[in-house]
Amino acid sequence: MEKIIIKPSSKWGKLNLKDIFEFRELLFFLVWKDIKVKYKQTIFGIGWAILQPLFMMIIFTLFFGKLAKIPSDNIPYPVFSYTGLIIWSYFSNSLLFATESIVKHQNVITKIYFPKILLPLSSIISHLLDFIISFFVLILFLLFYKINPSINLIYFPLFLLIAVITAFSVSLYLSALNVYYRDVRYIMNFLIQVWFFLSPIAYSSSIVPERYRFLYGLNPMVGVIEGFRWCLLGKEITSIKMMYFSIFIILILFIGGIYFFKNMEKSFADVI
Amino acid sequence: MEIAIKVEGLSKKYRIGERLPYKTLREELIKFFKGEKKKEDEYIWTLKNVSFEIKKGEVVGIIGSNGAGKTTLLKILSRVTEPTEGYAEVYGRVGSLLEVGIGFHPELTGRENIYLNGAMLGMSKKEIGRKFDEIISFSEMEKFLDTPVKYYSSGMYVRLAFSVAAHLETDILLVDEVLAVGDISFQKKCLGKMGDITKEGRTVLFVSHNMGAIRSLCEKVIWLEKGKIKKIGNSEKITTEYEEIYTQKYGISSIRERDKEEIKGKKFYFKKVEIFDENGNSRVTFKYNEKIVLVVEPEGEIDEKYHIVFRIYDKHGIMLFSGASAELHNKYFEPDVKKIKIEIGPTNLTTGIYRIQLLLRKGKIQSGARDEIDIWENAMNFEITDCRPFETNWELQNPRDGIFVMNNKIYGIER
Repeated sequence: MEKIIIKPSSKWGKLNLKDIFEFRELLFFLVWKDIKVKYKQTIFGIGWAILQPLFMMIIFTLFFGKLAKIPSDNIPYPVFSYTGLIIWSYFSNSLLFATESIVKHQNVITKIYFPKILLPLSSIISHLLDFIISFFVLILFLLFYKINPSINLIYFPLFLLIAVITAFSVSLYLSALNVYYRDVRYIMNFLIQVWFFLSPIAYSSSIVPERYRFLYGLNPMVGVIEGFRWCLLGKEITSIKMMYFSIFIILILFIGGIYFFKNMEKSFADVI
Repeated sequence: MEIAIKVEGLSKKYRIGERLPYKTLREELIKFFKGEKKKEDEYIWTLKNVSFEIKKGEVVGIIGSNGAGKTTLLKILSRVTEPTEGYAEVYGRVGSLLEVGIGFHPELTGRENIYLNGAMLGMSKKEIGRKFDEIISFSEMEKFLDTPVKYYSSGMYVRLAFSVAAHLETDILLVDEVLAVGDISFQKKCLGKMGDITKEGRTVLFVSHNMGAIRSLCEKVIWLEKGKIKKIGNSEKITTEYEEIYTQKYGISSIRERDKEEIKGKKFYFKKVEIFDENGNSRVTFKYNEKIVLVVEPEGEIDEKYHIVFRIYDKHGIMLFSGASAELHNKYFEPDVKKIKIEIGPTNLTTGIYRIQLLLRKGKIQSGARDEIDIWENAMNFEITDCRPFETNWELQNPRDGIFVMNNKIYGIER
């Protein structure tokens, strides 16, 4: 028979990954709920997943591409920016959603036991649907501009996974902090905006001067967006070192985030 | 017999105010720079050194006044919160019903919520699928399965929620006063279902203020007081003792004020209640068919509208009826409303002593998330004397002649 021991946990306890596996069906239901609820009572429904990045792309093409003439490394500016925009939309929307996920479920957290990490995780996963839909539009763009994907395309799932891990890692810190300090909510908009400009979405990372590239690579989204353009559009990678560094930062963020969350999670029910 | 739950020296410490709304970064920074340290008197022990053993198949009631640590105990055993000291061993799968309808989403339909809620309670998809028909027939809600629950009345909502919970099949079940909701007939059905559960040989821990339910369901009772075990043993004996002390401690007086102990750490709470007759005279005894007026005074700070609920219990702890400002009258009070009048009656209760419980809540009732801010378990007692509504002047007494008076006529029609 199953035996559970309940006692005060030590500061750096076990990660209890088994627990997450045991609750995999709950994860499924949480993702399913997020998707169901999100588009209920909207007119365009899932169409918003396409409209949002599409409008942004049009505006970007007008102002940055046509008027400011920002170089896009010989790739048509609309495709160039749209590729960056859909992955950025995924990142920022899922991050915003995941940050609120714990606070939003306070009624549940104070009443039943389950691994709380499922809440930000389900938010991050459920937003993949939006990404996939907007990705189909990207395929249409590629056909229209006659951009033939190279063999690099096989790396696409890898970069998508890195994007998911990045959003998840950052959300681990923010969602946990949000329980203790609701200031996080107000910082979010600002954070997302600054982060947007520090990422190569409207511009190419090649405009960043050589000696700052190391610093620039500190932003994990640089690696993600660069990788996407590389495997989808065949854009050359600006600096392979910068890219590896970016991915390295993501791994550190991820491992740190899991421990950070684990450590905070045990008093959620008491302080929320 | 095999042991199901073993608890050893379990304690839980809360920082006063920790359960209040979140702190802001600003407050923390100020504290940090001023070098304020956490003092020991900023803590309260909601549970202190509690030890007991429960054998497999036992049904144990947990009683005690508010703040005695009943819910904290259940929360620790269901792993919602961690103990500060001590440990517990639990053998078998645990299901906890600290509230019904956890995770219900107003936008989702009844059907969808059954799945979601079931998964949250720890049921697998297969298990829910297998019991689905049973759940809906128990709830008697077949017709509304595909309606979003936001259109449900609160009664329907509770019905559906309890039906899911009642079909939870775990070795150990932890139940917190979930039966204090819903209409009387459905409550009875739930009590019946609870009775079935206890006959199946499962271990059940059952928190309730309803001594009648405790007596009929549990053979053993744990009586908690101020976080410690006061008594443990035979349910009949302990519940009777508990009730005696209760009525002694809370004798009859027309003005009641809250103990400091009870409102410790609360931001918004009931401070005072007074009872009157309909002409404004202070009174605690009423005749049959008279009106009762309560004036309730909340105190403290709240940042949104609130609503209140009152419930009337007889001396056996059975809830006779309840009134609710939001659910029944759509009344939400502004934060600055500090005096509320409740008119009850004319009464149709039989002779006896009755207890009034008051609840302070916030949040829209439609959302399903009704946040309890304060419960005043023993807000007021009143007595009904002289219940002689019929022509013989026979006095109807509780419990001998039942609880309520209902008009009736009896005559022969055939000879």
